[in-house]
Amino acid sequence: MGIKLNALTKSLWVFHLAASPCNNCDIEILDALTPRHDIERFGMLLVGSIKHADIILVTGYVNKKSVIRLKRLYDQAPKPCLVVAVGGCACTGGMFRDGYYYAGPVDKVVPVDAYIPGCPPQPEALIDAVVKVINKLKGK
Amino acid sequence: MKILFYYVIFPGFLFTAAVGMLASWIDRKVTARIHWRVGPPLLQPLYDFIKLLSKEIIIPKGAARWTFLLSPVFGMAAIVLVSTMLWLAMLEPDNAFSGDLIVILYLLVIPSIAVIVGGFASKNPLASLGASREMKLIMAYELPFILAVFTPVIKADYAIRMGELLSFQLDNGIIFLRYPSCIIAFIVAIMCMQAKLTLVPFDAPEAETEIMAGAYIEYSGAPLGIYKLTRMMMLFTVPMFLVITFMGGIIFEGWHILWGILKYVALLVIIILIRNTSPRVRIDQAVKFFWKYMTVLAIVGVCLAFLGR
Ligand code: SF4
Repeated sequence: MGIKLNALTKSLWVFHLAASPCNNCDIEILDALTPRHDIERFGMLLVGSIKHADIILVTGYVNKKSVIRLKRLYDQAPKPCLVVAVGGCACTGGMFRDGYYYAGPVDKVVPVDAYIPGCPPQPEALIDAVVKVINKLKGK
Repeated sequence: MKILFYYVIFPGFLFTAAVGMLASWIDRKVTARIHWRVGPPLLQPLYDFIKLLSKEIIIPKGAARWTFLLSPVFGMAAIVLVSTMLWLAMLEPDNAFSGDLIVILYLLVIPSIAVIVGGFASKNPLASLGASREMKLIMAYELPFILAVFTPVIKADYAIRMGELLSFQLDNGIIFLRYPSCIIAFIVAIMCMQAKLTLVPFDAPEAETEIMAGAYIEYSGAPLGIYKLTRMMMLFTVPMFLVITFMGGIIFEGWHILWGILKYVALLVIIILIRNTSPRVRIDQAVKFFWKYMTVLAIVGVCLAFLGR
């Protein structure tokens, strides 16, 4: 395993992309930063700019308006960059999948590396997904 | 050859980077412990830096390409030079040129100016907002900072060389414990140091809740890594400058080295404490704070020093 990959897996900066969620998923993401779960001990930070991101956490129901932003933000992210779909809405569309304004799911628009089902998923599930992504990066 | 060694390896780049990373780790770890968290591992700043070096560099469309890419390098070169000069002044006090204190004061502004130039070059409205805030902050803290630094210079018989300042303190004891004027100046200098490092409460230039990352917003990959490294180096160099001007520097024999390191650690603890116990102030509040209170306090300090206190 190269030194670059090692450094990448130990310092994954997270960007939070809300593609019109109901906000519960976002609150669960913020829970992962609180003292109880503290993802900074794995070197993860929540960053404000897409140019600093290593992982994009997409939450919510991708509709015809947010799909343009989702595509554009993914293109702006410096590679290597991973995408994680958080919550039932982002994975499949959930109970809104038949809505007239639906343009998702996320993996139809951008390549997704991990899915976290749940409505909303627990912070533990989020950390578990990140561990899976790291294992995928390492080629296990 | 020797100069190159000084600049690149020992007191210069490598040494400053290593100690700066350590200092920034201490900062993050202590902050985490205050929040009742575990905090990042020891090598975290190194991982961050290597990761940023290996990421893709994106140059925004319409940005001034070379200014955008080169400004972080200039900032880092300046701070490495400051660190080299400070350590050489402590290692060989007689070897420095006259007036190096003034040169260091100038060089310490360059990292902030690099952030401003980079922010304006990146053609992003939020970045220019951050850069203009940084500019206001520089105008706010620079005058009290210079006044505060010149108070010990007046006390040490107008010693404008770092070496003279050090040998004066060697003979007469730590300067800020001896004179009331220097205590005042020291308090002002600590406040200005916090603003120089753009840490809370004076981090309006990169307030992530309002303008994301401020001037850094368009940076990715290696230039961002260099900016981060510059910030870490400043966390080591600026307190070191105050250790020399106000607290007698580090004397390189036996137990004095430990005592010198303790001085630096004490300043770092003060920085971390201020950072974790205060909210962010708006930029106008910061300017008001420095011009209304800190400048007046610094002038009082200078007057007291002239009166022999
Ligand atoms: S998955 Fe559930 S909690 Fe998450 S955005 Fe959709 S509806 Fe809200």
